[in-house]
Amino acid sequence: MVEHSMLNLVALILLFPILGTAVNGLVGKRLKKETVSYIACGSVGLSFFTATLVFSGLLLLPPHERLFEKQLFSWIESGSFKAAAGLQVDPLSILLTLIITGIGLLIHIYSIGYMHEDKGYHRYFCYLNLFTFSMLLLVLGNNFLLMFIGWEAVGLCSYLLIGFWFEKKSASDAAKKAFIVNRVGDFGFALGIMLIFLTFHTIDYTEVFHAASQGNFPVGSFTITMITLLLFVGATGKSAQIPLYTWLPDAMEGPTPVSALIHAATMVTAGVYMIARCNVLYMLSPLTMTVVASIGAATALFAASIGLVQNDIKRVLAYSTVSQLGYMFLACGVGAFTAGVFHLVTHAFFKALLFLGSGSVIHALSGEMDVRKMGGLRHHIPVTYKTFLIGTVAIAGIPPFAGFFSKDEILLESLTYGNLIYWSVAAVASLFTAFYMFRLLFLTFHGKSRVEHHVMEHLHESPKNMTIPLIVLAGLSSIGGFLGIPGAHVMSTFLSPVFSASGHTKVSGAEISVHHGEGNPYLMMVVSTAIALTGIFIAYQMYIKKPELPKKLAERFRFIYRVLLNKYYVDEIYTALFVNPTRKIAVFFWKCVDIQIIDGSVNGIARSIGWFSSNLRYLQTGYVRNYAFYIVVGCIFIIVLAALGK
Amino acid sequence: MSLPLLSLITFLPIIGVFLILLMDSKDRELIRLTSLLVSTIVFFISLPLYFNFDSHTYDMQFVEKLRWIPSFGINYYIGIDGISLFLILLATFLTPISVLASWHVTKNVKEYMIAMLTLETAMVGVFVSLDAFLFFVFWELMLIPMYLLIGIWGGPRRVYATIKFFLYTTAGSVFMFLAIIGLYFLNYRATDEYTFSLLEFYRLDLSFAVQFWLFIAFFLAFAIKVPMFPFHTWLPDAHVEAPTAGSVILAGVLLKMGTYGFIRFCLPLFPEVSYAFIPVISWMAIVGIIYGALVALVQDDLKKLVAYSSVSHLGFVMLGIFAFNIQGIEGSITQMVNHGLSTGALFLIVGMLYERRHTRMIADFGGLTKRIPVFAIFFMIVTLSSIGLPGLNGFVGEFLILVGTFKSRILYASIATSGIVLAAVYMLWMFQRVMFNEITHEENKMLKDISKRELVILIPIVFLIFWIGIYPNSLLRKMDTSVNHLLMQIGEKANIVSVAQGQKNPNQLKHNSIPKIDIVSESKQEW
Repeated sequence: MVEHSMLNLVALILLFPILGTAVNGLVGKRLKKETVSYIACGSVGLSFFTATLVFSGLLLLPPHERLFEKQLFSWIESGSFKAAAGLQVDPLSILLTLIITGIGLLIHIYSIGYMHEDKGYHRYFCYLNLFTFSMLLLVLGNNFLLMFIGWEAVGLCSYLLIGFWFEKKSASDAAKKAFIVNRVGDFGFALGIMLIFLTFHTIDYTEVFHAASQGNFPVGSFTITMITLLLFVGATGKSAQIPLYTWLPDAMEGPTPVSALIHAATMVTAGVYMIARCNVLYMLSPLTMTVVASIGAATALFAASIGLVQNDIKRVLAYSTVSQLGYMFLACGVGAFTAGVFHLVTHAFFKALLFLGSGSVIHALSGEMDVRKMGGLRHHIPVTYKTFLIGTVAIAGIPPFAGFFSKDEILLESLTYGNLIYWSVAAVASLFTAFYMFRLLFLTFHGKSRVEHHVMEHLHESPKNMTIPLIVLAGLSSIGGFLGIPGAHVMSTFLSPVFSASGHTKVSGAEISVHHGEGNPYLMMVVSTAIALTGIFIAYQMYIKKPELPKKLAERFRFIYRVLLNKYYVDEIYTALFVNPTRKIAVFFWKCVDIQIIDGSVNGIARSIGWFSSNLRYLQTGYVRNYAFYIVVGCIFIIVLAALGK
Repeated sequence: MSLPLLSLITFLPIIGVFLILLMDSKDRELIRLTSLLVSTIVFFISLPLYFNFDSHTYDMQFVEKLRWIPSFGINYYIGIDGISLFLILLATFLTPISVLASWHVTKNVKEYMIAMLTLETAMVGVFVSLDAFLFFVFWELMLIPMYLLIGIWGGPRRVYATIKFFLYTTAGSVFMFLAIIGLYFLNYRATDEYTFSLLEFYRLDLSFAVQFWLFIAFFLAFAIKVPMFPFHTWLPDAHVEAPTAGSVILAGVLLKMGTYGFIRFCLPLFPEVSYAFIPVISWMAIVGIIYGALVALVQDDLKKLVAYSSVSHLGFVMLGIFAFNIQGIEGSITQMVNHGLSTGALFLIVGMLYERRHTRMIADFGGLTKRIPVFAIFFMIVTLSSIGLPGLNGFVGEFLILVGTFKSRILYASIATSGIVLAAVYMLWMFQRVMFNEITHEENKMLKDISKRELVILIPIVFLIFWIGIYPNSLLRKMDTSVNHLLMQIGEKANIVSVAQGQKNPNQLKHNSIPKIDIVSESKQEW
């Protein structure tokens, strides 16, 4: 009974946003802006409310019963291949549903203020609702193919929203790049699904994970390694990891609330969700786990190093997102799925806050995004400043703010169950994080104002509908960490049904296993706090105490500075390696192969037939003298033949 | 079924032709309305084919059989199964849309509409024929109106294009005709009976060598029609020169005659050779997928771009057919329908742009979304359908094809999947250059948004794009039995049924091993 009513509620969670999309998409143009925003925010609000109902319903049940599935209808069925349209609720999916609808709601409300002057108001909210629906589908689906639709559909929404101001070439370029780079990742994801089907004869989560945890596949099985690696290729695309991260910084062309919702809090964490969801499979492949952890750690450091020198407020945050996602993958890669998901949650709080904060700054400065033209804003926009400060402190890892506990847990686990290299890389990245975030804070809000005069005149704090979401998120960023405070284990207990299955696969001799930080958490806390404070101190020295220092350093280490500023020239390298050769080959195929070789021979055949026939025509001129001549020639020929024959 | 439904669908357009012949050629509006009415009626009376179709039998349905030329054993023998059903519906669906899309044609309206309606009869005829001779008659009949459509109402290089189209196709058909005659005599030798009945031919037990030559002959005809790489160069020329409706019919239906031919003739008639040809045809298909996509990437003419994308999409269809399993073939049939819808819609859209600006060069557009937002929505949906976005129709076909191919040959599927990445590249780049960025040409500032007539044209297609994407089972369930039967036929004749490796119980699976080929018809128990 409980189950039945609950599953109907789950369908409602999905229904509201898609209804919002339909209404705003079809008639939004004719509605008043106010109505449009009520519909959009209302639908997400109802979704959120329903999600909390389901969540509390779930809490009432004993932990091992917290899993429901509901088959809506059979979607694609061909022979033994069956893909259902079915929903699944368990602690992991409901947690993400709460994030998506909760933070989604705040960002919807914020958008009312941020987008109020835009002509595409209804289009914006239509896309935003569609995104919410797609993202919910991604986490609530009960099989791999449904995850794949959600996966590509959020990609589509991302495409539409990055290119929202499509008249700007840079925006439409960035949108296209995001879609195509993600497609490269999806190529791996799709192949992974096919291999899952070939191996397990089903793509249903429950059945696949059940079959995998029965011990039919030894640890290190080649097939499972291939499956997990292919799925991970998809994750590197969606979650912007090396080598497919290049689209995310460009994605900042979209409206800032979009960056907060899609490119920080929800969509980009889909890869982490995927790996956490498939933890049973991943635990069977130490090789894949090593790859995931190494890519994660490398991305964390790499992106953080680029973030050190960027001057665009949103780009700093974008590289920071890439880097933080790297942490999550590092956690998953060492088997600390809970830590990964925990960081996903706290990151959603503070990164959404930081992006919305940056949006408020940009809004106040009439669109200015270059930190070199900011400074001293803290007195002009105090609410934005205070909330931004909380976000910065949270991401830098200062106790007791949210980011501290989750990042600390990752550092701890990477040392306990990974190795010293993972830990040191993550620690250096953590130092960088503290530095670049405070650099950003100082450059934006402290020091002397470098704001241009005409912009200064319009300087204003954002309206209530923008500041209230900031305040709520600041609250969450302050206390969110207590979900996973060492000793209490709220988060890990709640998620344990999802991750316990892979615990049974623990095989003696295999190094990896599922666990919940049991090293020496208190020493690690001290160390990581010290690292963060060091980063902040350096930033303080460079940007408050001696503002002339950065310039000197940049000249001193010009090569390094230029490489970092130009993002290691990765975009240029990709263009040279992939984009240009593809275009050249394509032109070659068209101009040479198609036109000259194939069509050349086709027309050549036609021409040679024509030539042959036109010569053959001389045999039939209609003149008697010609025919007489041929007869004589023929006779002579026969006589000669006969003579020779003798 | 007392009503000869299939004959009615096939020949009602010809009755329309006679009606139009009686009309004054100056009375354009009447002629247009008549042909629209006739083709719409044909569409509606073809719907019972779907709803009354019995999906539990693989026998031919709605069968009609009359003696035609008894001395040669030629019969008027028609009927459909779950494979031809959807192609007929596609033809009857696209014809009224094409007629409506030709409203602006002012030159020789009478002759134009006569050609359109004749074309419909020929198309439906090809898909319903169960007599090989009758099939060939319709196959050739289709050439004439198409030849005229391109040659009279086409663009500047129409004569070159239409002759190329005609000769290319005829060159292939000649061999096919020889092969049909060959089958006729082989059948006589085996059964002592003169007949062109395809179902009789299916019973023939041919040696490998005989199969080989006959297969080659059919292969040439069908491969040109599809068109498979490297027989594709007539297609871009024909498309570029053809009027919009011609392109829609050409891409939407005519190309499917080739892929349909493979399923209807090559696979069941010459199973062993077909099986032996899997590598050859699959590689041709894969090259077509990648090559077509790459060449599409660098086109500056919208129609050429769509034409090359067809080469790529039909590569997928061929790959699926030669996967020799149920997912592959069902995916291919679905993809034939999908390609007809999405590429047909793309040609319609290009045509609408052409009507507004009298150019098809991508460089002449840019920033159109601002002027024509509603049009942009339709264009976007169709583009996404062509890219294969999950939730829309294109994905279902492509994914099933790839699953089927993956089951039989992993390497092929892996390479072919990269075509999906390329599809996103060329379509989105095109869309960006046409619809996004700022308006750079003065002429584009005065464009009119979508008209009512254009809405009527596009809405049904977009509806089906969503419908098939969300509920593809409405197609798949109708074709199950027929496709399973086809696979059984192949399996029995060629004796190449391999083991179904632990289909039910994953516990028996060996890890580290990936099942090799399997031609398994997975008979369905209950649904």
